Amino acid sequence: MASPQPSRLAEVVGRSEQPILQEWLRLQSESLSRRRDLVSDTDLGEQCRGFLAAFRKAAAQSIDARSGAWDEARGILADISTARAGQGFTPSETASFVFSLKQPLFLRLRQELAGDAAALADAAWEATAILDGLGLYTTEVYQKGREAVIARQQEELLELSTPVVQLWKNVVALPLIGTLDSARTQVVMESLLQQIVNSGAAVAIIDITGVPTVDTLVAQHLLKTVAAARLMGAECIISGIRPQIAQTIVHLGVNLGDVITKASLADALAVALERTGLTVVPIDPAR
Amino acid sequence: MERIPVLRMGSFLLVTIQVDMHDRLALALQDDLMGQIRAAGTTGVLLDISALDVVDSFIGRTIGNIAAMARILGAETVVTGMRPAVAITLVELGLSLEGVRTALDVARGMEMLGRPAPPRSGRARHS
Repeated sequence: MASPQPSRLAEVVGRSEQPILQEWLRLQSESLSRRRDLVSDTDLGEQCRGFLAAFRKAAAQSIDARSGAWDEARGILADISTARAGQGFTPSETASFVFSLKQPLFLRLRQELAGDAAALADAAWEATAILDGLGLYTTEVYQKGREAVIARQQEELLELSTPVVQLWKNVVALPLIGTLDSARTQVVMESLLQQIVNSGAAVAIIDITGVPTVDTLVAQHLLKTVAAARLMGAECIISGIRPQIAQTIVHLGVNLGDVITKASLADALAVALERTGLTVVPIDPAR
Repeated sequence: MERIPVLRMGSFLLVTIQVDMHDRLALALQDDLMGQIRAAGTTGVLLDISALDVVDSFIGRTIGNIAAMARILGAETVVTGMRPAVAITLVELGLSLEGVRTALDVARGMEMLGRPAPPRSGRARHS
């Protein structure tokens, strides 16, 4: 609904910007009383003043809240929304920043356009359309802010979950914990291979004690990792295969081929030491 | 035409690939190497690809072919210094170079060539 003259709304806001601002601030301080600890009155006043100024400028040009004229207002909202998402505001508390502007704005419109019912209805409709659009936008940005936090945490978790440890000179081990999916296997594979290069390890042990289930896909991933390590000149041993997992692997018909597998990490380490030409002997042979 | 130098060290041949591999270069290397193995009575070939950061299926297959051909001519091939990215690419391409021996660096590769038979792991059974 593109009005040929969106100026009535902008006109009203322009004429009585100060009273609207006062009223809006008062309303927000009431509804935000529980959140005083998170946002100070000066900050709130600053935010409201900036937004209302942008609102007036944009409303004079267009009533479509998605158009370019509203970029500045949307920018201010995005900043507020991101900040509030980080501070722990709920989505409704964040969106109420925009929606609470309706009451003082409508009040003003009614006073200014009291004699002209048609103009009042038009201006009210315009204001509603704009504010609803902006409110939805605020919620969207809030959501995005939260999603960014989740994505970052997932990434951090991924990094945390793939430590490559050096067990001995030329022997590294990768204890895997948790379910293996394609994305994780990629990270696991890359970090293991990189660590092989860095440490010059001849033997790498992949310990799957902490992997709850091994299906054909996981087995496939493991075999790929072993093949890649072999291409680089390191030998891979898979250890920590629990009896149930051994049964599953056989039932699924997975062929582990020539990969060396051991029941425990200790057995695997013994094989690794043997491969690197070392042996463990008791200090006192008599005992 | 540019060629990859093949160095002779005793009864071994040493090839280090320092330039970007392209198909014709790979085929030329294969020809050169086979000629030299025959002429010099080589028992071992060391192929160092530590400077190679991109491979395609053709180069991967050529490396496998070189090893297979050398074996027919009586020489053992060791591929050394493969980078992680290259290894992952080859595995994803389904080229796991069965029967080719690998080592982390040139020093270990030479040591491996010095050892007579490879009773190392299960894969030796294939060769």
